[in-house]
Amino acid sequence: MENRDQDSVMSVEGLSLDFKLRKGIFHAVRDVSFQIRRGQTLCLVGESGSGKSVTARSLMQIVDSPGRIAQGRITLRADGREIDITALDPKGKEVRKLRGAKIGLIFQEPMSALSPFHTIGNQIDEVTLIHTDLDAKAARQRTLELLRQVEIANPEQMAERYAFEYSGGMRQRVCIAMALACNPDVLIADEPTTALDVTTQAEILDLVKRLQTERGMAMLLITHDMGIVAEVADEVAVMRYGRIVEHGSVDKIFHAPEHPYTRQLLDATLKLEQNARPATEAAEVAAPDLKPIISVRNLAKHYGGGRKLLGKDAPAIRAVDDVSLDLMPGENLGIVGESGSGKTTLGRLIMRIIDPTAGTILYRQKDGSEVDVAALDKAQLRAYHAEVRMIFQDPFASLNPRMTVKQIVGDPLYVNKLAGGRALEEKVAELLDMVGLEPSMMDRYPHAFSGGQRQRIGIARALALNPRVIIADEATSALDVSIRSQILDLLLDVQRRLGLSFIFISHDISVVRYFCDRVAVMHRGKVVEQGEAARICVAPEHPYSQALISAVPNPDPRNKRMLQRVRLNAS
Amino acid sequence: MSIEQSQHELDPTLSDDRGGRNIERAGQWQLAWWKFKRHKLAVAGGIVVILIYLVAAFAEFLAPYGPGDYSARYTYAPPQPLNIWNGESLGLFVNGYSVKVNPDSLAREFVIDPEIVIPVGLFVEGAPYKMWGLFESNIHLIGPLDASDPMYLWGADRLGRDMLSRVIHGARISMTIGLVGVGMSLFLGILLGGISGYYGGQVDNFIQRLIEFLLAIPTIPLWMGLAAAIPPTLSPIQVYFMITVILSLVGWTGLARVIRGRFMAIKNEDFVTAARLDGTSELGIMMRHMAPSFASHIIASVTLAIPAMILAETALSFLGIGLRPPVVSWGVLLQEAQNIRSVALAPWLLVPGAAVIITVLALNFLGDGLRDAADPYSD
Repeated sequence: MENRDQDSVMSVEGLSLDFKLRKGIFHAVRDVSFQIRRGQTLCLVGESGSGKSVTARSLMQIVDSPGRIAQGRITLRADGREIDITALDPKGKEVRKLRGAKIGLIFQEPMSALSPFHTIGNQIDEVTLIHTDLDAKAARQRTLELLRQVEIANPEQMAERYAFEYSGGMRQRVCIAMALACNPDVLIADEPTTALDVTTQAEILDLVKRLQTERGMAMLLITHDMGIVAEVADEVAVMRYGRIVEHGSVDKIFHAPEHPYTRQLLDATLKLEQNARPATEAAEVAAPDLKPIISVRNLAKHYGGGRKLLGKDAPAIRAVDDVSLDLMPGENLGIVGESGSGKTTLGRLIMRIIDPTAGTILYRQKDGSEVDVAALDKAQLRAYHAEVRMIFQDPFASLNPRMTVKQIVGDPLYVNKLAGGRALEEKVAELLDMVGLEPSMMDRYPHAFSGGQRQRIGIARALALNPRVIIADEATSALDVSIRSQILDLLLDVQRRLGLSFIFISHDISVVRYFCDRVAVMHRGKVVEQGEAARICVAPEHPYSQALISAVPNPDPRNKRMLQRVRLNAS
Repeated sequence: MSIEQSQHELDPTLSDDRGGRNIERAGQWQLAWWKFKRHKLAVAGGIVVILIYLVAAFAEFLAPYGPGDYSARYTYAPPQPLNIWNGESLGLFVNGYSVKVNPDSLAREFVIDPEIVIPVGLFVEGAPYKMWGLFESNIHLIGPLDASDPMYLWGADRLGRDMLSRVIHGARISMTIGLVGVGMSLFLGILLGGISGYYGGQVDNFIQRLIEFLLAIPTIPLWMGLAAAIPPTLSPIQVYFMITVILSLVGWTGLARVIRGRFMAIKNEDFVTAARLDGTSELGIMMRHMAPSFASHIIASVTLAIPAMILAETALSFLGIGLRPPVVSWGVLLQEAQNIRSVALAPWLLVPGAAVIITVLALNFLGDGLRDAADPYSD
């Protein structure tokens, strides 16, 4: 390595990882080299399957079988000596001494990273007890200090609690405390905030950054989100198909990218920074003579509550609480909120997959007459479901794996007896063509398609009955960023051709900002703010919307948004 | 997204070459079959099971004698090894018996006498039988050329009946009682488990408590009670039928739970919700979307339920409250091995036990393999 310098804590040279499969060898990582420097953050960016997580795991020799390190050297410089990690036995004592002590790891999924059987305090104690010669009392002192550092209030009491008593964000704080327990020289964070809400994400990133600066640790952060990269990285390595395609300082990657793939990633991210709906279209929508196609009034859904056989009356959980919305013809209405805000329940109520506790959903039919969706009988509901369709979040669970694409896309036509045989096949071909898939693929099964392609199949199914409204529930959140914008463009294109209206439910502000004309922000079952997408995303009025919007990372390292973040304290 | 790019995103295990097989167009049964074939132990188990069922189907032809044929001259005759080389020429033969008196017990005992040669042939004429009740024949796969000579390859029991023939004939009853019993359990299990899983609520609660009640009753006393209720005047065939009913009345509970679990898991899948929004009727959802996704699981559970049935029948018959002679099942045969004296003198009476063990193991291996392959989409 030409630029081995004094600050380098860990260096990876020519690393290759192979997975031995039944037929042939899959090269997950090919000839990857990088340095992690003291006090610096290296971000490894890439889309799913690029080999970034397995690279991180190899640094601690915890690659799952059948994967193995085929080539390369991983050198850790700690306590003035060099240790070649690749030379160590993955199950040996030597490497166990490094794990947790010299190298700390934070996992993606805080829900499963903690043991449900031990108190949080004991779990952190364990790390200290294994790697230092402190006694139990001193270890607990240290644990409390760590919990204080990761900003957990009342550490004495919280240490006695179990993981299930912690929220997702708090668990991730505990994982960070555990990773830091022995003052590691290197901290590896594998998508540490992907499973968290955007406001929690901002707090965790703040915390990690602050602790890193305080301790002068080297950090390797793995992420797929260019926004996070811009907020925290010093150096960036872009991975694709197991190779590092571009490597450089964060400023260079964002402002002078060289490799076409880096540019593609950035374009896909930056594209979502603006609204794709020109103002003219929005103006058309706002024409005064138009009446809403769906009009929700005082809609509510409560779970539980009522009298219990024993004990006190339990208060009902208000999943959706007194929500009123209008959807104009040709309009894209976004509903944003964090997990548990009731946005998915709202979508399902409008579809009447679940029945509302109170309120009305008025749907204006093609002839102009209004019906209350909550009061429809079975046959009417069937007609309603033909005109108001849904696109699901999970492209894997929403397609029956036992049916061919032809059967899946043609099913609505078949069950409604609209087409059969030849005509069905032609219609399916037409639909597949519309969503950008080869019609000749219709005899294949869903497992032959990637996530983005499957989502296209889901869209084709939704379009099969010539709908007027489509409710998309997190339709792009399971997809990689470059595919996400392609799917959004597809939806916009279909809308232009067919004159649809969309209700777009998402936790991702950038997606909503790109796709929607108007946005409703939901918080704890209530709509706290509604308005033009352009205004809500730039100048929100409600304190919660302000906190939410300001927590979204900005994909520009010269203008880090999180530094001017608004925190919502009333909780 | 271009097609070329999307190909790269596919799981590498899917896009690799599978010997020209088209994985993109392969349905669930094709995928399950590929997955099953990788499970070597299960494939071996499957072959053994098929062989045993073939034996059961062609019992009359494969067995040298009829199940009840006895010869008072050769009680407790030991097994004769089958030889093909007599020192001079090639040909199948067994050695005959000579009688010795045991000096301790003064009992008559048979020993194999290498001097006596009994020529054995394939496809020989022997005891007449009616194949599947359709046509008469007297051809047996193997037997002594002279029908009056003794041939006991697996020994003889206390009445001089050939164990090999009886084990072969016993396979028919023991193996079919498993199938028929499981068939009835399956009917009850799908019906009640399906109702329980699909509707949920009070109905589910009631059916689940009923299952728990049935499971809480100790099995052997319950069988004994039910078996005691079978009128002694019934013909052996009717008893056989009653026993399967008894076994399946207890056996359906496990299957019902499996099916309920599958129903509940699939009911909330997105693709089922999607089908409902497509306007599919409840029956259509069950038949076209839900049933195919648990059919393979049911086949696997059924395979695992058959050995339990076989063991139950064996246990009942062994206790003398199941099938009764002259019906021949493995359990009935093991009844002969109940007293220690006969086991000490004639250990070959335990051969039916070995048959039960082999069958149950083979079915379990097969069932495990089927269960692993049942859902080709979970990996």
